[in-house]
Amino acid sequence: MTLLTLNNLTARRGACPVLSGISLQVGAGECIGLIGPNGAGKTTLMRAALGLMPSEGQSSLLALSASARAAQAAWLPQSPEIAWPVTVQHLVALGAMARGRGPDHASVDRAIDRMNLGAFRDRAANGLSGGEQARVLIARALAQDTPLLLTDEPIAGLDPAQQIRTMRVFRDLASEGRSVMVSLHDLGLAARHCTRIIVVDKGGIAADGPPEAVLTDALMGRVFGVTAFRAETVQGPVFQPMETLVP
Amino acid sequence: MGLTILVTALFTLSLVTGVAPVGAGESLAALLRDDGGPLTMVMREIRLPRAILAVMIGVSLGLSGAAMQGFLRNPLAEPGLIGVSSSAALGAVLALQTGFAMAFTLALPFAALLGAVLGVGVILFLAGPGGGAFILILAGIALSALTAALTSLVLNLSPNPFAANEIVFWMMGSLADRSFSHVWMALPIMALGWLALARTGRGLEALTLGEDAAASMGFDLARLRLLVLGGVAASVGAATAVAGAIGFVGLVVPHVLRPLVGGSPSRLLPASALGGAALLLAADIAVRLVLPGRDLKLGVVMALVGAPIFLHLLWRMRGQT
Repeated sequence: MTLLTLNNLTARRGACPVLSGISLQVGAGECIGLIGPNGAGKTTLMRAALGLMPSEGQSSLLALSASARAAQAAWLPQSPEIAWPVTVQHLVALGAMARGRGPDHASVDRAIDRMNLGAFRDRAANGLSGGEQARVLIARALAQDTPLLLTDEPIAGLDPAQQIRTMRVFRDLASEGRSVMVSLHDLGLAARHCTRIIVVDKGGIAADGPPEAVLTDALMGRVFGVTAFRAETVQGPVFQPMETLVP
Repeated sequence: MGLTILVTALFTLSLVTGVAPVGAGESLAALLRDDGGPLTMVMREIRLPRAILAVMIGVSLGLSGAAMQGFLRNPLAEPGLIGVSSSAALGAVLALQTGFAMAFTLALPFAALLGAVLGVGVILFLAGPGGGAFILILAGIALSALTAALTSLVLNLSPNPFAANEIVFWMMGSLADRSFSHVWMALPIMALGWLALARTGRGLEALTLGEDAAASMGFDLARLRLLVLGGVAASVGAATAVAGAIGFVGLVVPHVLRPLVGGSPSRLLPASALGGAALLLAADIAVRLVLPGRDLKLGVVMALVGAPIFLHLLWRMRGQT
């Protein structure tokens, strides 16, 4: 089953194209790592696909009404924002409200458990540490309970244990038949936890496929300008960027 | 619940407060008794509309303040920020200056309302269809500065010192000498504004997460903005039109009540409406009790009381962070 189809999606900032002719399909059960250098167009790709900015070409989400779109795809922006001192429980419940339903306690509780936030449930969300707030916001997106979740650098501010836990949550969602598209810069975590890697470079797709097929020396040099070390261990693949090619 | 009781109590207190040396029970009895006596006249024609206007204006200012703060996600936002009050003031000042205010009974509030409507039209035009909170604030600041300058210009060029005096007094804000004709003029417009603002609760909740997240959750932000700006323009424009400029209510009330509703911007709306009514009733009672013979202006008292409260809050916030 296809959850998202982009066809020749193009977006501009002023006259300058920041996304040119993106075509891809997202099936059910995929955990997709969206990687690429700063300014490559990862955020733009997801925002344009969601209809949050003007674009040309087609996104299957844009054919839906706003409420149907919110029932199909949840979006977690990069800049964390919690404007008011509401409790963690209240904030996560906003995700359930997105679909125009009443308070859906089951999905709220599930999201809080998944992000291991039970101890913070009644605390003011904007009084938590940066990493804790990031997890609360992930839980909010999970509580929207959509087949598709698009998240923009959700693990950037998390400690190593929480990064791994969060990637596992995304992987679990995929194994339940949902799909996650997560942009990230930690290529090691991407290689280890994602089922598919899409490399975005200069507004286009440079590579798309399983991690081991995509993360080649040639691609690392061409797109990121770095060398990389890789190994197979009993605990799974290890991938580590090593040196820049141009000092 | 507590706020409802407080508003009811203050409303009753406002009814029995006045220059005529009459007991509370006697006043209330005269209000209900239809004997055409002077006390009934005073109660029905002077004190009742005054108390009703205080509630209406307090609800408008409190509700608008809560909606503005929620929409702009800024605890320092207030209804005046988008230039509604200053545009209304300019309309009124022009009416006083040109003599249009004397043309018919409600000419002054009518001109003020016209000013508010034009002001919000300019803001919506300046901010454009997709304008976010930031551009809206800047447009509001620009409009406020322009209308304030034009108001000063009118005062500056005023050939008649009495007109200038009248303008200055009007701008201080007051509920004295208002009648039921003011109530009937303001009520339908305010009620429209309240209805619009009452529909913003869910959208404001979603905006807690920022504009991008709220839009992705299926909320139409352009519609929400129209509801907030239209609601604030109608309710605060009508409030300014009948009572002049009354500041601080829209800023302080949501700020004080926010912790009591757990920070929730939608629950803050009804709470601030009641809180605003309570504060305005209390201030209007104080105006009559402190200096009974001197026609102390409500806007002046509000700023005198509101500013120290706000400074106190800032002092406490400083201790917390």
